[in-house]
Amino acid sequence: MIVKSLDPRIERAALDDESKIGELNVHEHFETYEVFQQVKRGTHHQHVGNVHAPNAEMAMLFAKEQYCRRGAAVNLWVVATSNVFVTEYVDADIFETTEDKLYRDPNSYKVMDRINAYKARASKV
Amino acid sequence: MRTKPGPARCKEIRIISQPQQTVKIMEFTEKHVEGLKELLYKMADDLLIIGHRNSEWTGLGPMLEEDIAFSSMAQDKVGQSLALFELLHELGESDPDTVAFTRNDNQFHCSQLVELPIGEYDFSMVRHFFFDHAEAIRFEMLADSVFEPLSMVARKFKGEIKYHTMHADIFMKKLAAGGEESFTRMQNAINETFGLALGMFEPGNFEAELIEAGIFGGEAELQQRWLDKVVPLLESFGYLVPKVESTEPALGGRHGVHTSHLQPLLDEMTEVFSIDPGADW
Repeated sequence: MIVKSLDPRIERAALDDESKIGELNVHEHFETYEVFQQVKRGTHHQHVGNVHAPNAEMAMLFAKEQYCRRGAAVNLWVVATSNVFVTEYVDADIFETTEDKLYRDPNSYKVMDRINAYKARASKV
Repeated sequence: MRTKPGPARCKEIRIISQPQQTVKIMEFTEKHVEGLKELLYKMADDLLIIGHRNSEWTGLGPMLEEDIAFSSMAQDKVGQSLALFELLHELGESDPDTVAFTRNDNQFHCSQLVELPIGEYDFSMVRHFFFDHAEAIRFEMLADSVFEPLSMVARKFKGEIKYHTMHADIFMKKLAAGGEESFTRMQNAINETFGLALGMFEPGNFEAELIEAGIFGGEAELQQRWLDKVVPLLESFGYLVPKVESTEPALGGRHGVHTSHLQPLLDEMTEVFSIDPGADW
């Protein structure tokens, strides 16, 4: 039996209540690409999410509309997720003592005022 | 839709003649204005109808990412049509909502290509490819129009349309290389859509006037530039392109002659407006 709906798109899809939600097998999915967006020239690219795509070119196509249709952007990077080398969470202890090393934190520098002043000037340019 | 009434701007047109860089003022005759309105109507109608048609894929796209991209481009088309309906309003036509939602099919100047149902994705994609390349070249030609409000609109949407043709090209290329079923379906869709696409270039009633005044370079030039673009592109993807000489163009749309598919689309599109034309939404 055809499911009755007021939404014409549902009617066009001709869904019936017998149809089962199938299981996805290997290769029925496209691989994912990580998307990095640059908001302004000269600034860092920032990771904004990912897209499914059959190749990098189409990943770029999709990334543009998924992530750049509402805000400013000047450049995009897309990288196959499989090409990203990641650390394991079991190795997260390699980062553990970092926060103790205050001497590495620029906040403790005496020149902090000058650094902040420079940053403020730089951001105005 | 937003409306922005304003005075007609067609009386004084600045023409910069290239060799001497001198500026002179030219008066548009009535025929120029009629020709300009005809041009704006067919462009706006094409964009409104293809935008509406393509939005019918929303929720049904082949994959989430493409669903969003295709829907987003459909919205762009409706937005572009609004900019043109606003120009028409400035030339003395009714406001965009009235013009968009109160005409019947025989008052529409869209090509028959854009009004046909979405069919399957092969047809929708080929239509998108043919239509968007024509639109891109039309806007490129209009960027130099002596009618400044139109050249400004044409320039404004340059980047937006560039993405649309980029999207179409990448899909056409990928689907040509997507195996036998994919290639065959796309090739069949090209064969079936080519004559419909040629209908986009049906001459208007004021071609000579538009060309003479420097408003628009004309449909014949547009068709030639379009063929020079899309034929080599499709061939580079591996498709065969039908010959223009042996293809019957689907004419009539520019003069209000439409297929039986347009009126039902208009009925659906104008349903809310018809219930309460004064409603805020």
